[in-house]
Amino acid sequence: MIHSLFLVNASGDIFLEKHWKSVVSRSVCDYFFEAQERATEPENVPPVIPTPHHYLISVLRHRIYFVAVIQSEVPPLFVIEFLHRVVDTFQDYFGVCTEAAIKDNVVVVYELLEEMLDNGFPLATESNILKELIKPPTILRTMVNTITGSTNVGEQLPTGQLSVVPWRRTGVKYTNNEAYFDVVEEIDAIIDKSGSTITAEIQGVIDACVKLTGMPDLTLSFMNPRLLDDVSFHPCVRFKRWEAERILSFIPPDGNFRLLSYHVSSQNLVAIPVYVKHNITFREGSSQGRFDLTLGPKQTMGKAVESVLVSSQLPRGVLNANLNPSQGTYTFDPVTKLLSWDVGKINPQKLPSLKGTMSLQAGASKPDENPTINIQFKIQQMAISGLKVNRLDMYGEKYKPFKGIKYMTKAGKFQRCVWIAGSDRYYTNRASLIIVTS
Amino acid sequence: KGMLIPTRPRLFSVCRNEDLKEMLESSKESLKLEAMKRIVGLIAKGKNASELFPAVVKNVASKNIELKKLVYVYLVRYAEEQQDLALLSISTFQRALKDPNQFIRASALRVLSSIRVPIIVPIMMLAIKEAAADLSPYVRKTSAHAIQKLFSLDADQKEQLIEVIEKLLKDKSTLVAGSVVMAFEEVCPDRIDLIHKNYRKLCNLLVDVEEWGQVVIISMLTRYARTQFTSPWKEGAMFDENNEKAFYESDSEEKKGHTEEKPYIMDPDHRLLLRNTKPLLQSRNTAVVMSVAQLYWHLAPKHEVSIVTKSLVRLLRSHREVQYIVLQNIATMSIQRKGMFEPFMKSFYVRSTDATHIKTLKLEILTNLANEANISTILREFQTYVKSQDKAFAAATIQAIGRCATNISEVTDTCLNGLVLLLSNRDETVVAESVVVIKKLLQTQPTQHSEIIKHMAKLFDNITVPMARASILWLIGEYCERVPKIAPDVLRKMAKSFTAEEDIVKLQTVNLAAKLYLTNSKQTKLLTQYILNLGKYDQNYDIRDRTRFIRQLIVPSEKSGALNKYARRILLAPKPAPVLESSFKDRDRFQLGTLSHSLNSKATGYQELSDWPAVAPDQSVRNVEIIEAVKEWTPTVGKTKQPKSDDKFYSDDEDEKEEEGSDSSGSEDSSSSSSEGLFMYFTMQMFSSCLAAKYHFPRQPCLYQPSMVAVQVILSNSSDHSLEEIHIGDRSPASLSIHCFNTIERLEPEASVTVSMGIDFSDSTQAANFQLCTKEDQFSVSIQPAVGELLMPSSMTEQDFCKEQGKLQGMNETSATITMETANASSQAISKQVLSVANVGVVSSSQNNFSRFAGRTVSSGALVLVSLELKESSTALLTINTEKTVMASMLLRDIKQALTQA
Repeated sequence: MIHSLFLVNASGDIFLEKHWKSVVSRSVCDYFFEAQERATEPENVPPVIPTPHHYLISVLRHRIYFVAVIQSEVPPLFVIEFLHRVVDTFQDYFGVCTEAAIKDNVVVVYELLEEMLDNGFPLATESNILKELIKPPTILRTMVNTITGSTNVGEQLPTGQLSVVPWRRTGVKYTNNEAYFDVVEEIDAIIDKSGSTITAEIQGVIDACVKLTGMPDLTLSFMNPRLLDDVSFHPCVRFKRWEAERILSFIPPDGNFRLLSYHVSSQNLVAIPVYVKHNITFREGSSQGRFDLTLGPKQTMGKAVESVLVSSQLPRGVLNANLNPSQGTYTFDPVTKLLSWDVGKINPQKLPSLKGTMSLQAGASKPDENPTINIQFKIQQMAISGLKVNRLDMYGEKYKPFKGIKYMTKAGKFQRCVWIAGSDRYYTNRASLIIVTS
Repeated sequence: KGMLIPTRPRLFSVCRNEDLKEMLESSKESLKLEAMKRIVGLIAKGKNASELFPAVVKNVASKNIELKKLVYVYLVRYAEEQQDLALLSISTFQRALKDPNQFIRASALRVLSSIRVPIIVPIMMLAIKEAAADLSPYVRKTSAHAIQKLFSLDADQKEQLIEVIEKLLKDKSTLVAGSVVMAFEEVCPDRIDLIHKNYRKLCNLLVDVEEWGQVVIISMLTRYARTQFTSPWKEGAMFDENNEKAFYESDSEEKKGHTEEKPYIMDPDHRLLLRNTKPLLQSRNTAVVMSVAQLYWHLAPKHEVSIVTKSLVRLLRSHREVQYIVLQNIATMSIQRKGMFEPFMKSFYVRSTDATHIKTLKLEILTNLANEANISTILREFQTYVKSQDKAFAAATIQAIGRCATNISEVTDTCLNGLVLLLSNRDETVVAESVVVIKKLLQTQPTQHSEIIKHMAKLFDNITVPMARASILWLIGEYCERVPKIAPDVLRKMAKSFTAEEDIVKLQTVNLAAKLYLTNSKQTKLLTQYILNLGKYDQNYDIRDRTRFIRQLIVPSEKSGALNKYARRILLAPKPAPVLESSFKDRDRFQLGTLSHSLNSKATGYQELSDWPAVAPDQSVRNVEIIEAVKEWTPTVGKTKQPKSDDKFYSDDEDEKEEEGSDSSGSEDSSSSSSEGLFMYFTMQMFSSCLAAKYHFPRQPCLYQPSMVAVQVILSNSSDHSLEEIHIGDRSPASLSIHCFNTIERLEPEASVTVSMGIDFSDSTQAANFQLCTKEDQFSVSIQPAVGELLMPSSMTEQDFCKEQGKLQGMNETSATITMETANASSQAISKQVLSVANVGVVSSSQNNFSRFAGRTVSSGALVLVSLELKESSTALLTINTEKTVMASMLLRDIKQALTQA
């Protein structure tokens, strides 16, 4: 399966290599560098590259290419998924996954990679198990280890790998037994000039932090499970129970994990929690343009819209902007033409606005692209889809755990909420005018 | 900071390696560890540290776990280069292979098999064989990995390794399944016969196998199924749903033609695979979802394939690389099955943040999905893409518009007009690409488009991209008779600028001149000769050659050969229109989801998916035994929710116990433990008839006769036809008294029914055998009770217990000292474990260190007293007092096992 792994930084240097079978010369990466040179953007390097004797499958995360060397047929997604798992593990261990962090912790990295694959086949990829085998480095531990000569490697051998519940270690003990669930939703929408929604989709996840003694068996039920259009589970969730009863039944991993990702389809009406009033105009023959923008909350059930950040990609013809925000601060970068306005919290009594003029390049014709706006915001204590957890029950253990549920609505990663200003055809501006709820 | 974190690798020179050697040879553990950390730093950077081998290998037997692990890392990296020295470490591993700790055994095998030194092949072989029979499934898993390593080191061992694989394939542990199938795929993928007997087991285990194993097993089973089952795709039906009409037509013709065909019945094993993989579409692992999707694509009846759509579309929200692979597969699928993805068309809209290769793939899919109904939406979408900053993508979009125009005749004119509008675009690339596409389109229907050609001729002066200029010239030349006035004028302009043009434009100029000469020599004779003269002295030999050729061909002279007569037919022959089709058209010759599919070329080690056999091979090869009692992973109790009607049998109290029981055994490994939890399901599999039965002991008094043990059986029909008259037939031993359930008249497909029976086991664990009959068929069934199920709880006080115990001394007492798992040390845990094994009642105890349980045998009502005295450090004295001494020893064994395991 996976023969070797090379880590390549943005400037094209190999700064780490690991081989699980016999050693493959690092010159195999030359084919990768060729592809890297050909690509205009770092993202444009093709994920699968054939070479005469090997195949290179790579992922790009945190500006590092993780290049796996493959010798024979294997599902490419298998390798890609694994590489992403490696990155997630590094991030989990070191807080960040950067070249510096990897170089600083090269021994831990090596120990991790050694445990994660045997003969190129994934062995232990669950973070719970790995943490039993290799303790994550902390500043304190590093110091203690240096002085006492002790190690990062777990003294006890892991038992989780042996059970049929491979994601959970045995013998877990806590004095305070707690289970927290965060329902986090991201909204993606396109809104046209007149304010009507063209598409709206909600992606949600339930992230859990479970610290419970023993082998608890949890069930989590929803008030309105029908909202969930498509779901994917952590391996601990019992598929059949979900299919039959729409109940999540699982023996949780110890610590943090993602229990469920879901999708709420656009068939269900999605209420966009903010609205934007905009008037951005350029006149033919004039070197001035007008910019007028007002934000307001909409259907937030009394919850505050916070951390609002507006940014806007103005057309290339715009030289400068002279604007006046009613609250917060704004900046305009004349090189990238990016306007950003840090609004903060929206006060429904006094709506924030940004007004003023833009100066255009003399003699330039009226821009045919429309100016661009990008808004982010965050709403605590609300899941925009209306999803509600009904109850959480625990079986298999006798104590009473503390249970907590938190809801949050957050930024859409891929499509975002797009607001179309100044154009009657949203298509032209889909990419440029973006509103993100955060 | 540098002082505190000395593990940070630094640049070392050769002399620094001398220090490392010294550090390794010192007696201080911390120095050695420090040295090893630095060495690992060197290895990670790809620096050579092989000269340290002798110093490092000495530490292979170190007590310090981290040091040992780092030495292993080093050893595996350099052993191949330093074979003689590597041999020094072998004896350490050989010793560790015999260690009582399973982790040490596994890790020793892992390292030993990773040392690629041919001389130790026999040692490895022996170690693998032993590990494959190890009691620990973890060690067996490691041995499966070692098989592949040994095979790549020495392929001559194949036959012996296949034997080990065959043995490991029989393993029932979910831990081993993925790894051994991986070994199978690598060593002997063609030995399909090894899979037969394990097919059903693998299908049933699949949900509980770890995710990576699932991918490997699913892809192997896909290949297997294509060799063993007949096609579920209807005869005569094209796989292409676009040809639905053709399908119906041919069908009706067939009906007229010959007699009806045999209806297709899906093999129940085929159905089993489809059913058991379906829930994995919900996996968080994208590779698992993709592998299920490809399984459905290659194996499922056509109307079922679309259940994978939603999951595939979900994967598009994952990382860029995942999107890339998934989009490639969707592109292939969408050519044959538009309908699958059409409802999700918006998911394939391009975002400006997408990487170019993602954009191109989405474009491909959108083009595949285009039909009469959605074309206007798609074209509007394409119009935005044309304006993209990414010029390569804009050009690809124009190509896509061209494809839509040829595929959907309704919009050909609209597209053509749109493309003509693009000709006045500011961007040169867009214009050039448009010209090229327009050229192709005009070729497909050249009759009425002289206006467009005129328009293009007008634009000609402003177009600078050579490819576009060449295309326009070719068009004018090809259809010169339709633009008789403009064509000579264009040639005139070209004559002026000829020397400054690119080669490709020059060639087309020569072509244009030749064609005009043949059709309109009066006006163009001189111009043509001028251009041919210019061409004759061109710097490029291609142009010189072409010019010479053309001159010979068209200008009549005494030297010109026979071809001259045919010049017109040669140059102005009607040319077939270029075919605009998807680059993914024939990709489905590769199995979806594979590397080969992704690259569109056969990768090393790619296993072809065979065609469906015309006649199914013998189905019975997969029959294991008619009945096999498989102990399911007990928490499946939770998964297979019992019918509501059952609930009333238990008090709430018991219900809770049930949860506990299932939970406690949930942590045990399914293969290594033979203890049975309270409420265990046993599966009797009768695949040949598609009737599956599960039974369990509900632990309630039997309603029919007090001496009988109550048994509940859940019968489910897993076939696709209904089963009739299910009842119990002959039984053995003949004296066996069974209270049968009433005959079930009819059981619909996929339905299940719960029935109660009573069986008098006469206080023995001898199996009760009987026949389970349906209308057509019958199967023998065997129910073997665990000894603990032959008891009924008996309530008594502590005094009574002690009194009764006093009566049952001597021969009637069996006892053993046991060491309990620490987790079981509390009296609650003890009760839980004991109750999970035996149906006895708890006797409340005044002493903390005593746990007492009492029960009676169901048949004869003999007392069974269990007492457990806790001693120091989790040892305990377990005593059982009963007249039934055989039962006592069996019970003792079961309870002991339950308590000594976590």
